[in-house]
Amino acid sequence: MADTAVGATTEPEHGGDPSRRDFIHIAAVAAAAGGGAALVWPFIDQMNPSADTRALASTEFDLTKVAEGQQVTIKWRGKPLFVRNRTKAEIAKAVADDSAAMKDPATDASRVKPGKDNWLIVGGNCTHLGCVPTFGGGEYGGWFCPCHGSVYDTSGRIRKGPAPTNLVVPDYAFLTDTKVKIG
Amino acid sequence: MSGHSTYQPKTGIERWLDARLPIVRLGYDSFVDYPTPRNLNYWWTFGGILSLCLASQLITGIILVMHYNPSAQGAFASVEHIMRDVNYGWLIRYMHANGASMFFIAVYIHMLRGLYYGSYKAPREVLWLLGCVIYLLMMATAFMGYVLPWGQMSFHGAVVITNLFGALPLVGESITTWLWGGFAVDNPTLNRFFSLHYLLPFMIAGVVILHIWALHVVGQNNPTGVDPKSKADTVPFTPYATVKDGFAMSVFLILFAFFVFYMPNALGHADNYVEANPLVTPSHIVPEWYFLPFYAILRAVPDKLMGVLAMFGAIACLFALPWLDTSKVRSMRYRPTAKIYFVFFLVVCIILGFCGAKLPDDPVIPHLTTFQLMGSDLNSFVWLSRVASLYYFAFFLVVLPVLGLVEKTLPVPDSIASPALSADAKKG
Repeated sequence: MADTAVGATTEPEHGGDPSRRDFIHIAAVAAAAGGGAALVWPFIDQMNPSADTRALASTEFDLTKVAEGQQVTIKWRGKPLFVRNRTKAEIAKAVADDSAAMKDPATDASRVKPGKDNWLIVGGNCTHLGCVPTFGGGEYGGWFCPCHGSVYDTSGRIRKGPAPTNLVVPDYAFLTDTKVKIG
Repeated sequence: MSGHSTYQPKTGIERWLDARLPIVRLGYDSFVDYPTPRNLNYWWTFGGILSLCLASQLITGIILVMHYNPSAQGAFASVEHIMRDVNYGWLIRYMHANGASMFFIAVYIHMLRGLYYGSYKAPREVLWLLGCVIYLLMMATAFMGYVLPWGQMSFHGAVVITNLFGALPLVGESITTWLWGGFAVDNPTLNRFFSLHYLLPFMIAGVVILHIWALHVVGQNNPTGVDPKSKADTVPFTPYATVKDGFAMSVFLILFAFFVFYMPNALGHADNYVEANPLVTPSHIVPEWYFLPFYAILRAVPDKLMGVLAMFGAIACLFALPWLDTSKVRSMRYRPTAKIYFVFFLVVCIILGFCGAKLPDDPVIPHLTTFQLMGSDLNSFVWLSRVASLYYFAFFLVVLPVLGLVEKTLPVPDSIASPALSADAKKG
């Protein structure tokens, strides 16, 4: 009898009050819907990262392992992270391109720590669909993604291909001159 | 076609059961006495073949689970254990892996048959939509199943596909994290894919029941596209359809067995026999063959979000098909122009599949450089994919709606029996 209008002029049968009955119907349905919705959330949220996964958030890395012109790939939060000790030529090339037309414009200085511009630390996943780009491919001297052909320069900025943004620079800080804490 | 039942219980037990649960009656009415159009050709046998594929995948899959270890540490080794140590494990795994490909071969033929003979038109829209839902579930199941061996292709395929959702504005990143259960594809991802890979086939089985129910309400289409009008137009399901389906299944099983026994890895990738390594992506990452056309459409678009939307749009076109085709004539047998566009569509799907397997910037014609357009050489697979994708969408969104209004169709027979009978009459 959900279609019984509130304040209907017809005499209700059996002496029931239609507005009271409607109230009970609405209250019952609302309580069931609210309870249902409250129960749905735990069943959805259980798929989000668990507490132990979230706890593995930061890592320390000793930079003396990386010689000039070398790159070390470390695993951070289950994903690769490139730690690159850039050569003078690479830095010069990146700075020279600062004002070139780019999809995601950024200066080279904004992607490194001041005075440490030889250290480029970027996420090792292509911002398109997450493949791991290889260094030395592509026409900008940086990374090339084998999956869908995105090309990054020596600052990890996207220069060509389907990726929408630059390789991500994670939060990190220099603990000493030769040690960084990532995350 | 769910008309009057002619089932007569013969024994006392059948009479007793029929009064309590008329399940034998249901089977008799659906698969023995059910009237089928008399002119069904072999393209109509793929429904039965698909049931066989589903049954085969369910049985082999349930057996594989008895030996498989769904963890990032143990998955790869347990698959090798199945291949080397489990008695007949190699057979069951090869049946399951190749069975997926066979399933898709059969479903693509089944869908193209429906497309050619107009099996999606009124009153079969719901039947067609249920089929599209089954196809979607099949794709999800196949994708998650491919992740389970935890090889390099499994892992990076999962990375690429889950990252597709990251293209969505605002919510993209939260969705991918939620799908992964972490900050990357890892053990939690594998576990949930395993759970869902076990669940979805049973959902497919459920939708198949609805699909068959809908089929038995509206009746089968047939090569003429003309509804059966009298008893002269139909033959009983048994023996006519059962024997024909049985023969087709046997032929199909020969193809299946050929792959399982002689070239079990021909449809797979060698990279998937290398254990997953999140730090290195295989130099050439491609999905399984049955996803290649959609993969080509994804790569044809230079923008991430638009590429993802185009790929999902390609599947959405199938759902909208009953309302896109405006032609009153069902079967393309009587649509000479539509037939030509259909053949082009078929060729374009194969071209897209071919492009999906190639590196986007590789030249189509070797050693020929033309000029750059939108960041790629015109003589490249990415441009071929662009042209082919354009036709794919134009077929659904332009050709079928417009052609139905302007095409001059051939005369459609009055009934299924009449062309055959009149041909006989001429002879006699």
